[in-house]
Amino acid sequence: MSTVTSPGRAGTAPALPGTAASVRPRFLDLVGAEWIKFRSLRSTWWTLLVAILVPWGAAAAAAMADYDNWPNYGPLEKAAPHLFAVHDSWPLEGYVVVMLAAGALGALAMAGEYGSGLIRTTTVAVPARGSVVLAKAVVQAAVWTAAGWVCALGSYAIAQGILSGRHATIALGYAGVPRALVAAATVAPVCALVGLGIGTLVRHAGGTIGILAFVVLLLPQFFSQTKQWSADVRHVFPVSAFGRLTEVWTASERPGFYPATITGSWLDYLVWPLAAVLLAVWVVRRRDV
Amino acid sequence: MIEVHELTKRYGDKTAVDALSFTVRPGQVTGFLGPNGAGKTTTLRLILGLDAPTSGGATVSGVRFADHPRGLRHVGALLDAHHVHPGRSAEAHLRALARSNGIPGRRVGEVLDEVGLTDAARRRVGGFSLGMKQRLGIATALLGDPPVLMFDEPINGMDPEGVMWVRRLFRRLAGEGRTVFLSSHLMTEMENTADELVVIGRGRLVAAEPLREFAARSTRHSVLVRTPQAAELTAVLVAAGAEVAPEGHAGAEALRVVGLSAERIGALAFDNRVILHELATRSASLEEAFMELTADRVEYLAGQSR
Repeated sequence: MSTVTSPGRAGTAPALPGTAASVRPRFLDLVGAEWIKFRSLRSTWWTLLVAILVPWGAAAAAAMADYDNWPNYGPLEKAAPHLFAVHDSWPLEGYVVVMLAAGALGALAMAGEYGSGLIRTTTVAVPARGSVVLAKAVVQAAVWTAAGWVCALGSYAIAQGILSGRHATIALGYAGVPRALVAAATVAPVCALVGLGIGTLVRHAGGTIGILAFVVLLLPQFFSQTKQWSADVRHVFPVSAFGRLTEVWTASERPGFYPATITGSWLDYLVWPLAAVLLAVWVVRRRDV
Repeated sequence: MIEVHELTKRYGDKTAVDALSFTVRPGQVTGFLGPNGAGKTTTLRLILGLDAPTSGGATVSGVRFADHPRGLRHVGALLDAHHVHPGRSAEAHLRALARSNGIPGRRVGEVLDEVGLTDAARRRVGGFSLGMKQRLGIATALLGDPPVLMFDEPINGMDPEGVMWVRRLFRRLAGEGRTVFLSSHLMTEMENTADELVVIGRGRLVAAEPLREFAARSTRHSVLVRTPQAAELTAVLVAAGAEVAPEGHAGAEALRVVGLSAERIGALAFDNRVILHELATRSASLEEAFMELTADRVEYLAGQSR
């Protein structure tokens, strides 16, 4: 011990530039910070690439199948409007991958921080934990809305481009098609926010993605549409909502079949992400980090 | 200034921190000592609001830290060098933190320069050595130019050059009038750095005093002496002011001497024509000294309560 601190200095606060009082906390800065975190991971860009290319590829494959089978179609299928062109534009097989990719990135935005311990560094920097979750939600919603529109418009263009060779396209203005387009584009942010919520609750990356896949893909399959109660459960899930909203035909009223409603499906799109984000905010504020 | 008042944290029926009270003052380096598992990290987490205390509380500059919407300009903390995302570059990590607190981006370059990571700024943190991660953690703590700094075991994994650098840095930060609070389980880490010590054991306060005073009563250097003339030498050493205790077993008798250096004992033996077979300095480790102190403490408290 050799250094002596002069008692005169000991009590005085250091003269530091830009003291805390002069800087007002802005939510936009948190969004900016979360955007930096999001874009500075390579996995982000790979996931986005997959999430865009897979539905495009799926749309191309679905349209090609109809293109190839066209000569075998009867007059009923060949007559306009070509409703199969809607399914070919936004096939569920492709959009399930969008849902999983968005859900996974949303989940990792939180679970990745818990897994690495970064959440503690983040919380010391921003003790307002709820605001951090909300900032992440804004980034996820914005990025996946943009990516979702790229997916949905791109896969529509690809499918229609292929089907135009058979003059079997469907116009964007046809009744129900705009709804299908919006539903296809917005399923990504919906799932990203659901993922964010599950990631916050579970905190473990592997477990989170397992649960996400179970909720998004498997669970609805256990419930058929042939009983009222079972159909009601099935229709609560976003994947059923996607299915209903991208269908332009109306299921005929017949006993033993209970299709989802349009309104109910839009409510799924609204309530799931809202509940997930609110739950995440509530949980991080009352749990030890 | 960090003020901890009757701070208690229980996890189930295990009490990690038990009615802890102490004050850490600005302009000094304060060491936070205790063996592994004593509750140091938990205490730091409670001060930083990461964990909610079971009872009691802590303030930094008079305010509960968790009440600040943004923290980096109030407290800089390095809790664990691994608390970074391995896939991100050092620069991106710091840039995001700076942005979240409205700190200008140029500070990122400044703190990277300060800790000597400028050349590694764009590399992914996953490939960093522990020493480099510690430097990144210190850069994070310095980012907001805060008046209070807390470091948990910052020297782990650093090379000797890094240890020298970090000691100078802590002294400089304290010299600038900041509060520097530094945890460690190694006394030697504190010897050249800390002015004050807060020592805990099993979640309880053992000592809060200047390092000099603690060192005087805890690091008891003893000298082991083997001689065939034990009785004669004992008399000489006691006369010179030492405490002497016999050690070892019959046939291989040794003396444990406290209060005289090995050189002085050697000289006294020579002057008095005493033959020595062995003369070795043994410094008690902090761990040992600490056990002694906690044992005292527990007895003292038990006696008091009766």
